[in-house]
Amino acid sequence: MRGAKSAKWVAGAAIIALAATACGGGDDDASKSKGGDKGAVNADGIFSVEVGEPQNPLQPANTMESNGSIVTDSIFSQLVDYDPSGKLEMINAESVETKDSKLWTVKLKKDWKFHDGTPVTAESYIKAWNWAANTKNNQTNASWFGDIKGFADVHPEDAKAKPKSDTMSGLKKVDDYTFTIELNAPLPYFSYKLGYTVFSPLPESFYADPKAAGEKPVGNGAYKFVSWDHKKQIKVVRNDDYKGSDKAKNGGVIFKNYTTLETAYEDLKSGNVDVLRQIGPKDLPVYRSDLGDRAVDKAYSAIQTIAVAFYTDQWKKIDPKVLQGLSMGIDRDTITKTVLQGTREPATGWVAKGVLGYQKDASGDVTKYDPAKAKQLIKDGGGVPGNKISIQFNADGGHKEWVEAVCNSITQSTGVKCTTDSKADFQADTNARDAKEVKSLYRSGWVLDYPVNANFISDLFRTGAAGNQGDFSNKGLDAEIKKADSAASLDESVAAYQKIEKELVNYMPSIPLWYYKVNAGYSEKVQNVDYAQDGDPILTQIEVKK
Amino acid sequence: MGRYVARRLLQMIPVFLGTTLLIFLMVYTLPGDPVRGLFGDKGVDPATLARLRHEKGLDLPILQQYWNYMTGIVLHFDFGDQIASGRPVTDVLGDAFPVTLRLAGMAFVIEIVIGIGLGTIAGLRAGKLTDNVVLIFTLLIISIPVFVLGFIIKTVFAFQLGWIDPNVSNDAKWGELLAPAIVLGSLSLAYVARLTRTTMAENLRSDYMRTAIAKGLPKRRIVGVHLMRNSLIPVITFLGTDLGALMGGAVVTEGLFNVKGVGGTIYESIQKREGTTLVGLVTILVLVYLLMSLIVDLLYAVLDPRIRYA
Repeated sequence: MRGAKSAKWVAGAAIIALAATACGGGDDDASKSKGGDKGAVNADGIFSVEVGEPQNPLQPANTMESNGSIVTDSIFSQLVDYDPSGKLEMINAESVETKDSKLWTVKLKKDWKFHDGTPVTAESYIKAWNWAANTKNNQTNASWFGDIKGFADVHPEDAKAKPKSDTMSGLKKVDDYTFTIELNAPLPYFSYKLGYTVFSPLPESFYADPKAAGEKPVGNGAYKFVSWDHKKQIKVVRNDDYKGSDKAKNGGVIFKNYTTLETAYEDLKSGNVDVLRQIGPKDLPVYRSDLGDRAVDKAYSAIQTIAVAFYTDQWKKIDPKVLQGLSMGIDRDTITKTVLQGTREPATGWVAKGVLGYQKDASGDVTKYDPAKAKQLIKDGGGVPGNKISIQFNADGGHKEWVEAVCNSITQSTGVKCTTDSKADFQADTNARDAKEVKSLYRSGWVLDYPVNANFISDLFRTGAAGNQGDFSNKGLDAEIKKADSAASLDESVAAYQKIEKELVNYMPSIPLWYYKVNAGYSEKVQNVDYAQDGDPILTQIEVKK
Repeated sequence: MGRYVARRLLQMIPVFLGTTLLIFLMVYTLPGDPVRGLFGDKGVDPATLARLRHEKGLDLPILQQYWNYMTGIVLHFDFGDQIASGRPVTDVLGDAFPVTLRLAGMAFVIEIVIGIGLGTIAGLRAGKLTDNVVLIFTLLIISIPVFVLGFIIKTVFAFQLGWIDPNVSNDAKWGELLAPAIVLGSLSLAYVARLTRTTMAENLRSDYMRTAIAKGLPKRRIVGVHLMRNSLIPVITFLGTDLGALMGGAVVTEGLFNVKGVGGTIYESIQKREGTTLVGLVTILVLVYLLMSLIVDLLYAVLDPRIRYA
């Protein structure tokens, strides 16, 4: 399936969060996504992909980590999807239209069926969304329906309160294949959110036993679920009745469970697994020479930042100039080349590459290394309170090396004392963040949920946004975000967000570091392997050689 | 004998309660919350978080959680559900145990056969060349950390020679488990060999051995029955407790060879703060330990008639 859909978190999953020991490495930006010689193709061939055991049952609204979402995405199709440039494509929807960005009309394609043979109708969507949003059903992604009118009735903020209703008033069926979605407020890019897994339809059989359905999901996607052998593998096969444009060019996929990236890489070399999503730090220096054409090095839409705990005494009344200075004191070029072995690309803004509205150099000079100016800016801004900072990170995610490098870089160039604040693991790290116990700065990251720049601004820097864990708050910015959200068209909204991104230098809600890249590889058995904006391989277009 | 067994079984109850309570408290004091972990980096929805916590009973005081969990185990053999996946812990254990049992069993057999074999050879020829070779060999094995040994075996036999697959596949066939079993059993193998050698060398000089030889018994009988029976007592003690250690301590080996067993599950449960899974696993390991030491004690009486319990 083409495009970006899963809201994977950058932080804990060792999958994405990797850094490695210093040691030079090739730095070829040209992505060799479709390398390898083309051989005869076996259209029914089955290949295997490295994954970890999904954390949750395979219910679309309950899967947010990458191990589960790659599977649910193969089994479920949504109304829309995106092409690699971030443009919207219709999948299960015939059309998604709006006049005022508030009332959306969705027309479905009529010949779609679930894997159990029942038709996909307007009801399949409305009922599924109402079920997922309902607080009674404890879906971890329920808050995604928050834009829809009547969400508060099915999902009261107080955990103890009972939902007032079982349905959201914003969802209305027009006929069997048409329904309308009314939002609380206009949102020009709402149609883009609809490509996310959480907005999948569910068959009638799901509600009889949702728990069992999570073990044996029935979807409407390009692949049909076959079996889930826990902690070993999940098997899906091509859905021959699939009506979408992204029909599978292979017979099926086996999602093979690996506990470490190193063992997966060994298995790739000995031909026991076909597609990897990530190469472990240990093998990064050698994987290009090991795999040749089959080594993948491609940008995807995720960014690493240093976030600021604005609730601490240190940063409460900070002049943004100080943060600009700290940002200019980081030598991104050298760190990405040496410590990170060319697996990242220095960031020049807050919005990652590959999303609608990405602009180069949005942050101006503040992401350029300039020790003299850095010192001057910090001085002008009144200095760092205490002249001492620390960066919190989780030690289990492979972040230690680069956090230390960033720290050293800051200390050397600006004279501000910098220490690392290591938390044992991701659990402890999020714990400190939720409890507002971060002492100074913390490592943060963001992978796209939907390919619009708003996702990297509104969901991170709006007052009270779930991703805004550092309590950044600026009334002026909130007002501008609101204005951008109520723009008449998508283009205007994107443009408004582009303007906001350029202004972020004046607030410095976080310090952008670098964009992520996919460093992966595949076996000789497969070809046409490419990776989507979210970093996952595009399964449907992979071909198995004879 | 019967009273002794009964007493030993009764002793298991406080040990069982103590260990499980300790583990429960330890997991509880670690920072991080399993339910919060489900939401990842993107921030939480407080209402869903609170509901999930309430549903799993995680908002209760720790001792009450412990009480609920233990009564579940004892009364209904219900080990609870995993927090993240919602799978019953008994299923998780049922998946992990057979694999590890097989792996540990193979390691155990390798350990006994090669360990006792080498020890006997060295013990009978104490001070000679063979003895020194065995001593150096075992010293080498003891001093190499498990992951280094595993890595060497993988590099040589999988990557250089291509005799074996580097990792164990999902079926965990016997042949595939051979390499990890050797790695797992090697450390104990060295200990067993050295233990056997020492006690054998010592007992060779004892009076009853001289008597046996003086009686003109055939050599096979002297070594096989008279010498072995006495010399194996400390070895059996070691082996008994070692089986428990093999099952629990397979974390490194299982990780190295991608074996989906108890070791990996323990590691993962700690990382995800899955208290219920962890306590379930540890409870079973405790039972294995207790059972093994009981068997060892009973074997004593068989091996040495002088050791009899009332």
